[in-house]
Amino acid sequence: MAYIPHTPEDTCAMLKSFGVQQTESLFSTLPDSVRLERYLDLPAGLSEPEAERTIRGILAKNQMPRLSFAGGGAYEHYIPSAVKSIISRGEFLTAYTPYQAEASQGSLQAFYEFQTVVCQLTGLDYANASLYDAGSALAEAVLMAWRVTNHPRVFVAPGLNPLYRRVLETYTSHAGVLLENLPERDGIADFSRVNWENTAAVVVQHPNYLGCLEQVEELAARAKSHGAMTIAVVNPVSLGLLKPPGDWGADIAVGDCQPLGLPLSFGGPYAGFMAVRAELVRKMPGRIVGVTVDKKGRRGFVLTLQAREQHIRREKASSNICSNQALCALAFTVCVALRGGRGLRDMASACAVRARKALERLLRIPGVKRVHNAPFFHEFVLELPFNASAICSDMARHDRIVPGVPLSRFGSARERELIVCATETKSLHDIDELVRGLAGSLGRLKTGGAK
Amino acid sequence: MAPANLKFTQTHEWVGLDGSTARFGLTDFAIKQIKDIVYLDLPPAGTAIKAGTPFGAVETVKAAFDLNAPISGKVVAVNTAAVAAADSVAKDPFGSGWLVEVEIAGDSMTGTELSALMDAAAYASFCAKGGHH
Repeated sequence: MAYIPHTPEDTCAMLKSFGVQQTESLFSTLPDSVRLERYLDLPAGLSEPEAERTIRGILAKNQMPRLSFAGGGAYEHYIPSAVKSIISRGEFLTAYTPYQAEASQGSLQAFYEFQTVVCQLTGLDYANASLYDAGSALAEAVLMAWRVTNHPRVFVAPGLNPLYRRVLETYTSHAGVLLENLPERDGIADFSRVNWENTAAVVVQHPNYLGCLEQVEELAARAKSHGAMTIAVVNPVSLGLLKPPGDWGADIAVGDCQPLGLPLSFGGPYAGFMAVRAELVRKMPGRIVGVTVDKKGRRGFVLTLQAREQHIRREKASSNICSNQALCALAFTVCVALRGGRGLRDMASACAVRARKALERLLRIPGVKRVHNAPFFHEFVLELPFNASAICSDMARHDRIVPGVPLSRFGSARERELIVCATETKSLHDIDELVRGLAGSLGRLKTGGAK
Repeated sequence: MAPANLKFTQTHEWVGLDGSTARFGLTDFAIKQIKDIVYLDLPPAGTAIKAGTPFGAVETVKAAFDLNAPISGKVVAVNTAAVAAADSVAKDPFGSGWLVEVEIAGDSMTGTELSALMDAAAYASFCAKGGHH
């Protein structure tokens, strides 16, 4: 039975309406290198024990580090067991698009509480029920600023994570938005000589991907005086210690929920959050849950402001997103609720303290220097005497330690630079192991010849 | 009952001229169909509006409708009282429930645009037949 209801005539009419001859043309942006060009040829199905054996064999090839100081956008933090326990409940784990008020009060309440937590952390007025990840949340924020101001230019601070930048470019490439870079000085944005004409917004990540804290208050004030909005990209753990974006002048704040409640999982699934000033709420994309009373006066949770969404507005909708990252957002909400405000502050402080200890001890190794002078939260960039990737491979082999993320992984030409992150999961003993391991590696590479 | 001096579009907007400016609004027929208006999305002063194209939207809880410009002009005023209390438009749609005020060119183009609209009598019979275009 064919599951697609379109007749060839339907398909032809649709293609004709936007000037395309064949369906195949819609996939023209896919490079040849990823096209299969043949039918799938799947092997016969495996029994449960066969499948388990096959998967275990694949997993056995993974080399797990004993200790990791990798950051750069995804962070290792302790996840309380209650998080896993709560999100494993069938009602949450296997729910499919649980937005109907008559069937999903529990889920809707969870999303409402998620929104509340995001507002409390960011210091802004309204949040949506989550987006896919920080990169797409940022893209939606930029498109929002463009719709609201009607200006095409968007400045991007140099410290924006290059991975988020690529997502932003994909979303805005045909939208009429002009992304422009702010120059960099000492790891942060230099906005001393900017022409702010026709600017919708400035995007600033704080702390940025190099770990540095930006001059956000001045930047936001400058943008505002020229009629531009400020979009902050923030790490929710850092908000346990830093001034919230709503307090330093951001109009929109986005970020990733991953550090609070989600495992690294080789890159995902994560969840993006977005919060905005009150006057922007009707322009915000994504699901929004509100609280109200039924005709008997009982409290209930419902989707609200749906007239922004595509099932009502079609092509005039604020976005085509019609879902959220329900389970991931729930994990984040449970994690933050368990830690509480004080717990989050203690966690952030512990990260800051451990990172400073790590830096202090790493700098004692001859040849190791910190690249920037700007203040940092829990990450910093070191310049090493040899190629950072070579050092990482050597330490993986010799000590099963990941010392950090080479800057070259983000496309930088600065091959001897390494981003090092220390969270509350790193004890002083762990830090000493890192220092010993790095010193050892530098010694081996020196005698073996620099690569 | 729509005032006799106004002109009407097939999408139920009205326009009333006053020298070099004109006011737009929604008719009582439209408002009765829409029922509960919860939000008005109107353009800021200075926006250029073209006849027959959307200049804003009116929202209910479950739907949104474009507001189509009867004639061309430049927005000089927005009814902020109506925006603040969207449900108040229903009380006096042809008077205090006006939506935007525009500065018109006042030339032959305006004349052409106006002549394409329905007068009160034509609008009344249009509504009597269902009000669909």
